[in-house]
Amino acid sequence: MTETRTPPEPPERPEPDGRPEPPERPEPDGRPERPDPDGRTEQSGRSEPSTAGPGAAGPRNGPRTGAGTGADTRARGARSPRRGRHSHRHRSRHRSRHPRRTPVGSRWAPYALVAPFFLFFGAFGIFPLLATAWTSLHRVELTAPAEQEWVGLHNYARLLDDTFFWNALGNTVVIGVLSTVPQLLLALGVAHLLDVRLRGRGFFRVVALAPYATSVAAATLVFALFFGRDHGMANWALGTVGIDPVDWQNGPWASKFAVSSIVIWRWTGYNALIYLAAMQTIPRELYEAAALDGASRWRQFLHVTLPGLWPAVLFTVLVSTIGATQLFGEPLLFASGAGASGGADHQFQTLGLYLYEQGWVNLHLGRAAAIAWAMLLILVVAFGAVRLLRGGLARREQAS
Amino acid sequence: MGRRSGSRKRGPVRGLALALLLGAALSGGCATDPPVPPATGVPARETVDGSGRRITLTVGVFGTFGLQEAGLYDTYMRLNPDIEVQQTSLSRNDVYYPQLLTHLTAGSGLADVQAVEVGNIAEVLATQGNRLDELGSAPGVDPGAFLPWKWAQGTAADGRTLALGTDIGPQAVCYRKDLFARAGLPTERGAVGRLWAGDWRAYLAAGVRYRERVPEGPAFTDSASGVMAAVTGSAPLRYYDEQGDLIVAVNPAVREAWDLAAAFARQGLTARLQQFTPGWDQAFANGAFATIACPAWMLGYIQDKAGPAGRGRWDVAAAPRPGSWGGSFLVVPSAGRHRAEAARLAAWLTAPAQQAVVFERRGSFPSASAAYTLPAVVSARHPYFDDAPVGAIFAAAARGVPRAPIGPKDALVAQTLADVGMLQVDQTGRSPESAWNAAMKAIDNALDR
Repeated sequence: MTETRTPPEPPERPEPDGRPEPPERPEPDGRPERPDPDGRTEQSGRSEPSTAGPGAAGPRNGPRTGAGTGADTRARGARSPRRGRHSHRHRSRHRSRHPRRTPVGSRWAPYALVAPFFLFFGAFGIFPLLATAWTSLHRVELTAPAEQEWVGLHNYARLLDDTFFWNALGNTVVIGVLSTVPQLLLALGVAHLLDVRLRGRGFFRVVALAPYATSVAAATLVFALFFGRDHGMANWALGTVGIDPVDWQNGPWASKFAVSSIVIWRWTGYNALIYLAAMQTIPRELYEAAALDGASRWRQFLHVTLPGLWPAVLFTVLVSTIGATQLFGEPLLFASGAGASGGADHQFQTLGLYLYEQGWVNLHLGRAAAIAWAMLLILVVAFGAVRLLRGGLARREQAS
Repeated sequence: MGRRSGSRKRGPVRGLALALLLGAALSGGCATDPPVPPATGVPARETVDGSGRRITLTVGVFGTFGLQEAGLYDTYMRLNPDIEVQQTSLSRNDVYYPQLLTHLTAGSGLADVQAVEVGNIAEVLATQGNRLDELGSAPGVDPGAFLPWKWAQGTAADGRTLALGTDIGPQAVCYRKDLFARAGLPTERGAVGRLWAGDWRAYLAAGVRYRERVPEGPAFTDSASGVMAAVTGSAPLRYYDEQGDLIVAVNPAVREAWDLAAAFARQGLTARLQQFTPGWDQAFANGAFATIACPAWMLGYIQDKAGPAGRGRWDVAAAPRPGSWGGSFLVVPSAGRHRAEAARLAAWLTAPAQQAVVFERRGSFPSASAAYTLPAVVSARHPYFDDAPVGAIFAAAARGVPRAPIGPKDALVAQTLADVGMLQVDQTGRSPESAWNAAMKAIDNALDR
């Protein structure tokens, strides 16, 4: 992330790629979102690194493209970037010369201030984790949670030949891949579209995020009707092009596809906004330089946008993988009535669903806890393997 | 445990949910409550007003239970001005029941009166008996007013009666007269009942006859699982024997029900639906099947889903053999603050007169046999079902229901047989033998055997 956040310094400093900033010249390709040359020099001189953090999902036409508008003029007048930097420097010098004297008691004040977080993290993060681990080593029923019978690693050992567990793990992986890959690719495309200045951009950004803000229960029930076998819209649409109706609930692949489509629908906009925020931290000058070198829009995307997005891509892959591992609400509600079995043949029962079934339907808390820890271990092992793989690749590259 | 298993979504959402949960826990002051699955309502605590006289009693139920809908709480409050009755309801028993268990074991978060489904009652009595109040000798309770087997189901092994029966599910067969006429079958309810009286196989034969005449169009019945539940419900032994041992795998009656239901599926007599799903609801409206085995409590459901278009088309006939499917109980947790008042309320709600009112207004059939002679039951007719004498039909069925022992995991076994096993035979065409093995395996796994 660091290099993409390198602030465009005042014009006299060379660009990050060592190229001098292109002289003022008319738009080469008429990219609509590019500000006019005056505005650009103005804003590149004043933009502060902190205003373009990846978390700032604010539309780019705020500080950048809005340059030259009345509001911007006012803002410029109010706090000149130069003055801001000056005063900052001044303050820090002042602090170093006169170290602040503080009463002894307030040495602990910072700890007191951060204590609530750690207290809550301990109570609601660490404690449940450890309690779950402890529970997983016992035979515990929900009918009598206080009566625990020590069984050691039995709950884990039985997972090894628990076909329902392996089935759920397989389903989780398949649905995870089926949902994560298209979702992130789509998000990239949507982010790119939202990055372009188009009429009603704010509206489209809200639209992109709307599924994410929708209750998963409401969304999934609508999808369950949509994928209905007898009167669903999906089958109706297939019928209009002459395809036989599909039993979305019972088909081993059809059901996974249907569940994945709910996940995709729900999370694409969320990931798109993350990508959009990251895209907006990529200095426009890089695109101009690339354009000067004759790079097409596609090559610009490949060689400027994607490298700049890389940290965001890693982040979304990580979060999506964790989310896919814990997938629960969509398959539960997709079955609408079948409970937590994930279909008659458990064809879309995910690990999260199996855990829930063991804990809250079959009432075996110990076994459910073991599944929960197994899920965590699977994630840890998976990420560890990826790290090792990347480390190995890097070493090979270095060696060659 | 609860938080992990209850966690629904990926990272960011979980974080947000946790934050909301924290906020709720802090503001609600319920941080000592046990972990419960999220998205469940916490019953309102009792409040006593300034004068300290008016007591609020809460009743925790699942689904559309019928007590409130029949106006019983209003009547009780009118009769007892110092009592306020409030109801908390969760839509589904499979969400309600685990929560009830956690609340019982923690001794907090409970309503003063809690409903328990018949499939769970044996487990509740066996594992939570010491956390429930004795109701058999509560004021206003008359043991002789109840069906003996219903009373026995609410009585724990130590002889204490901890649960009072509300309704039972005596069965009939609801059928579409217009479709029967099209198939050349009798349409008058007495003749329809005689068509298959005494033998479920005659019901299958009627289905075959129907299919011959109506090869396309609406199926004969909704689902194979529905047939199986009805046939099992009329057997003297189901999933457990008198000693409380699980016999589902070896009980010939269960296997008979299975084979019969599978025959419905194999011969294309079902609409291949799963009960209580949106598709099933739609099928009522679209008239996708001609008959359905219907316990008394299902009549209101059919009326709701089939809508005005079905008025006068549906009718009710006696089932081949009397059986019961479903029904509920009321219990009073010992952790309650107003146990005596709660017991009085539970006794009143389950008294024959009140059960008759529920039947009259909601269709849930009384478990108090003393109510069967009340005019509200005896002469009850259902206008939606062409004024069928539902009181007489269901009372006759209720008197003939065999007294089958129920076990702690009755609900789980029944649900697995239906939703894992028979559903595959019906919907995916899996062979009955292979689906049976899958169901047995799933039952063994669920019961930790």
